[in-house]
Amino acid sequence: MQQAAALNASSGSRSKFRPGDPIFAALSRASGIFVLLLLGSLILSLFVGGIPAFRHFGLGFLFSTTWDPVKEIFGAGVSIYGTVMTAVLSMILAVPLAFGIAFYLTELAPAWLKRPVGIAVELLAAVPSIIYGMWGFFVIVPLMSQYVEPTLIDLFDGVPVLEDLFAGPPFGTGIFTAALILTVMVVPFIAATMRDVFETVPPVFKESAYGLGCTTWEVMRSIVAPYTRTSVIGGIMLGFGRALGETMAVTFVIGNSAHISASLFSSGNTIASIVALEFPESPAGSLKLSSLLALGFILFVISFIVLAISRTLLRPKLKV
Amino acid sequence: MSATTSSASSIPGPAKDLRVSRALGKRRHRINFVVKTLCVLATMLGMVLLGSILLTLIWRGAAGLSLTVFTNVTKPPGSGGGLLNAIVGTLIQTVIGTAIGTPIGLLVGTYLAEYGHSSPLANAVRFVSDVLLSAPSILIGLFVYQFAVEPFGGFSGAAGCIALAIIVIPIVVRTTEDMLRLITPSLREAAIGLGAPKWKVIVLICYRAAMDGIVTGVLLAIARIAGETAPLLFTSLGNLNWSVSLGQPMASLPVAIYQYAGSAFDDWVQLAWVGALLITFGVLAINIAARLLLRRGK
Repeated sequence: MQQAAALNASSGSRSKFRPGDPIFAALSRASGIFVLLLLGSLILSLFVGGIPAFRHFGLGFLFSTTWDPVKEIFGAGVSIYGTVMTAVLSMILAVPLAFGIAFYLTELAPAWLKRPVGIAVELLAAVPSIIYGMWGFFVIVPLMSQYVEPTLIDLFDGVPVLEDLFAGPPFGTGIFTAALILTVMVVPFIAATMRDVFETVPPVFKESAYGLGCTTWEVMRSIVAPYTRTSVIGGIMLGFGRALGETMAVTFVIGNSAHISASLFSSGNTIASIVALEFPESPAGSLKLSSLLALGFILFVISFIVLAISRTLLRPKLKV
Repeated sequence: MSATTSSASSIPGPAKDLRVSRALGKRRHRINFVVKTLCVLATMLGMVLLGSILLTLIWRGAAGLSLTVFTNVTKPPGSGGGLLNAIVGTLIQTVIGTAIGTPIGLLVGTYLAEYGHSSPLANAVRFVSDVLLSAPSILIGLFVYQFAVEPFGGFSGAAGCIALAIIVIPIVVRTTEDMLRLITPSLREAAIGLGAPKWKVIVLICYRAAMDGIVTGVLLAIARIAGETAPLLFTSLGNLNWSVSLGQPMASLPVAIYQYAGSAFDDWVQLAWVGALLITFGVLAINIAARLLLRRGK
């Protein structure tokens, strides 16, 4: 009787006193909440830091194209234009390229080539962005100023609209070159995502189309593409998000000037590049620093929206 | 037998008219050929770009590769400086950044896979982690500047480590969650059946089973932060002198490359190329190691 009670007590105490489980659960839950707070405070700190600039310049800050550190007049217009322009241009170039690579990797490549080419694409995505910047500055910029830009300027001379887009002295740096470097950087990202998405198509669908006599391209166009459309757009948005926030590579090649010009060969800046360049000359507490933080906040809002869309489109396909 | 073959002609469609079908077929196959060729060209272009980057690095970087790069600290132009402080700074910040970020990321990944599942909180955490994964890294630098540099009155290696740790977290979260979800239920059930508490099942069984995948995630995170420049510009700043103090500005390879590549001195530009060569091949080697590890696990 006593023995049984003791046994009961001991087993009872054992099942009651197990701090490991609740502690571990609380710890992992707390880390989850910590990540939430981390992003929350990131947004908040950028916003709070930007308040003086927002208050000083009002809503006009978003559209003003003046960036004059001497007179302390700052506007985000040029940088927002540069950010969106370079990112959109790079998407126009990157999407067909990435699609080609993904199509090659899923349908065309012989089995022995699939792995090495796939790894090469992933390595291209892993190269640090500063390396792209150096490579762009020392390899691409001279090529652009000597061959590509003069050729394009001559080619479109006299053609309306295009004449204005491809005009000006061929320095080699500028919006167009920045977009090219961004293209090289985001192609591997988009291609890798597209490949993963394409591989989610059930083989039976493709096999039945092949069985009906479809060519590879027809299978791609009428089976794989419709099946994966939303996720492919999600992958493109992911690349777009990367292109918007890229700093080092762009800083090297965009030419850095606070002007908007119709020509794609003119220099400009992006939010990320102006923050990287002007930050060292912005003392703590100055209006300039606040303007840079406000720019950071704007960049965060833009990329947050893009990433949120991308994730909503991608998640159902790539995740169980 | 002959009935089945002859019945092919009864299939409706353009196949009945041989000329039409041949013409259609030709057109279709021509389009197919053109698209295929374009795709092969796109892939070749990608390979050429990778080759161009690597060859440029080797060609320009190898010329300046010498022992002094690893033994001397950065010096004024023309006096034979090296990259020792930058290399050591990158190692210190990468190691500490990984050491801070990995446990947090591991716990968050565990929460998502083992506790949260698809509860509202878990979904929010997953979403935020994904956003953090792709958020512009320069903003993380600005954020850390706001709370770890300005209040403490100066740039410091510690701030750089924090910025890098924030980048590590979402990468580890993603791989940890994915890997924990791949573990077969029977493994867990066996451990629970033996009376093990849940945390022991996770730590002793699941972590061990998912080890290869988790280590892959950590390696990828290391490869990512070792090459990061933007978040360090406003946190650890870079340092031309020898310093291993976390309270002082600390040099790092990417920041040194950034400073030197834009300089007007030939020997500094040369050093930037050497640094670029070192960091790229280091990062790519870690990447390949991570992939090999994951393949071994599969």
